Amino acid sequence: MPIDILMPALSPTMEEGNLAKWVKKEGDKVSAGDVIAEIETDKATMEVEAVDEGTLGKILVPEGTEGVKVNAPIAILLQEGESAGEISSPASGEVAAKQPEGEKAPPVQASPVHPPHAGEGKAPAAAAQPRAEVAADPDIPAGTEMVHTTVREALRDAMAEEMRRDKDVFVMGEEVAEYQGAYKITQGLLQEFGAERVVDTPITEHGFAGVGIGAAFAGLKPIVEFMTFNFAMQAIDQLVNSAAKTLYMSGGQMGAPIVFRGPNGAAARVAAQHSQDYAAWYSHIPGLKVIQPYTAADAKGLLKAAIRDPNPVIFLENEILYGHSFDVPKLDDFVLPIGKARVHKPGKDVTIVSFGIGMTYAVKAEAELREMGIDAEIIDLRTIRPMDLDSVIASVKKTNRLVVVEEGFPQSSVGDFIANQVSQRAFDWLDAPVITIAGKDVPMPYAANLEKLALPNVAEVVEAVKAVTYRG
Amino acid sequence: MDRQAPLSLHVPEPEVRPGGTPDFSDVKIAAAGSVRRPETDAKPEDIRDLAYSIIRVLNRKGEAVGPWAGLLSDDDLKEGLRHMMTLRAFDARMLTAQRQGKTSFYMQHMGEEAVSCAFRRALRPGDMNFPTYRQAGLLIAGDYPIAEMMNQIFSNERDPLKGRQLPIMYSSKDHGFFSISGNLGTQFVQAVGWAMASAIKKDTKIAAGWIGDGSTAESDFHAALVFASTYRAPVILNIVNNQWAISTFQGIARGGSGTFAARGLGFGLPSLRVDGNDYLAVHAVASWAAERARRNLGPTLVEYVTYRVGAHSTSDDPSAYRPKEESAAWPLGDPVLRLKNHLIVRGAWSEERHKQAEAEVMDTVIAAQKEAESHGTLHSGGRPSARDMFEGVYAEMPPHLRRQRQEAGV
Repeated sequence: MPIDILMPALSPTMEEGNLAKWVKKEGDKVSAGDVIAEIETDKATMEVEAVDEGTLGKILVPEGTEGVKVNAPIAILLQEGESAGEISSPASGEVAAKQPEGEKAPPVQASPVHPPHAGEGKAPAAAAQPRAEVAADPDIPAGTEMVHTTVREALRDAMAEEMRRDKDVFVMGEEVAEYQGAYKITQGLLQEFGAERVVDTPITEHGFAGVGIGAAFAGLKPIVEFMTFNFAMQAIDQLVNSAAKTLYMSGGQMGAPIVFRGPNGAAARVAAQHSQDYAAWYSHIPGLKVIQPYTAADAKGLLKAAIRDPNPVIFLENEILYGHSFDVPKLDDFVLPIGKARVHKPGKDVTIVSFGIGMTYAVKAEAELREMGIDAEIIDLRTIRPMDLDSVIASVKKTNRLVVVEEGFPQSSVGDFIANQVSQRAFDWLDAPVITIAGKDVPMPYAANLEKLALPNVAEVVEAVKAVTYRG
Repeated sequence: MDRQAPLSLHVPEPEVRPGGTPDFSDVKIAAAGSVRRPETDAKPEDIRDLAYSIIRVLNRKGEAVGPWAGLLSDDDLKEGLRHMMTLRAFDARMLTAQRQGKTSFYMQHMGEEAVSCAFRRALRPGDMNFPTYRQAGLLIAGDYPIAEMMNQIFSNERDPLKGRQLPIMYSSKDHGFFSISGNLGTQFVQAVGWAMASAIKKDTKIAAGWIGDGSTAESDFHAALVFASTYRAPVILNIVNNQWAISTFQGIARGGSGTFAARGLGFGLPSLRVDGNDYLAVHAVASWAAERARRNLGPTLVEYVTYRVGAHSTSDDPSAYRPKEESAAWPLGDPVLRLKNHLIVRGAWSEERHKQAEAEVMDTVIAAQKEAESHGTLHSGGRPSARDMFEGVYAEMPPHLRRQRQEAGV
């Protein structure tokens, strides 16, 4: 759908301004961040940047126009595959072309990017949240061999490939070298890359997180393995206060290109202190990227992307998933975009959103629901921050029902955030309240029966779907 | 029946509290020139005694004596004196500016000027400091423009860190001065990581970590020593022992180890203790440690024994926890006066030239302040750009931040 480019404000109090100059002309391709026009008031001038990618389809307000109201459409941006012929709404053009002596402009949408819709675009500016606008997954050429691979092998392959590709990449952590990793994720790396690039560390997560961050500050690209994120709570100060914030605090001079990875969440019988899901914790922090893959292909493609990313990335794995096998395309360089969700299974009756091991519940529930004649769409978020809410919203607009599944604690969960965003951006499309399924609000007990009870289960997902689809 | 007396808890106390007479008679101070200077490739186990003494060069008469003397020329020393005088004048002006409301917060260096100013002279371009908040001498002696420092202190439109970081928490990669962390100790271990990276990359740069006496209690300090020791990182680990961690006297963090330098012995690190108010001694020891690091001989732990003459910060009142006269009684004297006297003894300086230099330095600082104030101070004039608030969260601005910025109308 063509996107209206709106007249921005130079200050919160500005009501109107002059369109001084168009830097781009109709037909020009623009990328997000490109300067497309200059606007001015009696106080200052400002460059207008494109927020989205596309082609400048039509200029609605010619340069030199004075008194253009803030938020009036000034141009229309066409997205890939759209033509100028699709610009069907002359109404917006009339609003924009208004001259200073003309009528008072009608109310316009506050959001500069979303076309007017009931229930969407009314969110206050402060509600803008990390969202993905990234390329789709790379095309996998027809005939590409698919190799059945465990998540464990996929992670190892990703590190090995990136270490071959870039000598600045190295891995450090407890037991990563001689022992080949506590969960054998670094199998063979010491033999191939040597002890300078596969470094066994003393047992102090706080210490080696800090050392890794220091090495990243010096320009290396460390992969820091936590034997589990459950041991890394003592390192959270280094991750949040140093890795995430130093680029910002140093005025952009020094940042930390670093990956912290390792198993996260519950395994089996490891009780309260070793069974915690940190997705919601880290996803709270500006400056971090947070990934939690489910499939082996996603684990591989996203870990490779994380290692190349110039920002600190938290890569949350799962001990139980390490042994699961999935098809991974046999390509020389399979890299996936960070911040893009994946439709795991298309459907029309209900949307189930999950990530990481939460997907196992969603997948099993979907099979049961199919037996009942309910066609569920499963979305695997893959990246928690920045989150691909657009894919979630698009799915909800199709199915009108949403269930979110995760293993973390219920309050301030990832699901809470999704439910909040859907209620702000797609309220009118919802036919039932969003249901968020999470772990029970108790520290993880040890006993097998209690542990099972504390985690989400397939029956809960099935029941939730039945509830939002109003099936007895 | 075995009857045992009840246990009691030992809580260390400083020798004297407000109202008492300052007494440093138990601070054992080696005579200037009396501590040996081992070769830089000496084995750590052969020089353990250096952790318990104090390396000093300047004696009471102002002469430079002993094996650590003789590294610096008249011109070097005059430049060093000017650096320390500039830092002191800078502090005086910024303290006043804080009282005038031109900034919210300031931390001065009074009494500790030699530590950072002399240390800087042992470094080369490309080396990196991970400093704490009381090493601005690293910047001043590294020719970082003082007007830039003031721009940050005043949080004005020219603030090099764009209004994002506290006053005095400077950052300049080009001047080997890493962004200061407000969380104590975190950068000590990062300095080790930076140095390890330099070794992994087969580079020639070295790193310097900085920490205060109080923060050595943090686990970062101990983790840094583990990593530095295990991987022989090319790093100088500096502990500035200025006797006071805000109101907490150094005995609380030091515990029973005797000295802070002695903390390094258990890690097998060469550990030296030096008179932090002696410009020549600081420089000599820093150069020794830097040479070790450059020759791939590994890390060195250095304790600088000094005294924090001023308040911890503009938010602190030391009269609540230590006698007002304590600084005057501090037995290692004032670093600026000591270097001035030494230069006079050398015949390279005079009282008259010193007065003249003081006036020149103050003029320079005032001129920089005028320049900085013309771009705004905390509550008036130019401000950091609101547009910049959204930059630098990630290496590239993500769409949601670009959108937030546009919605904010900046």
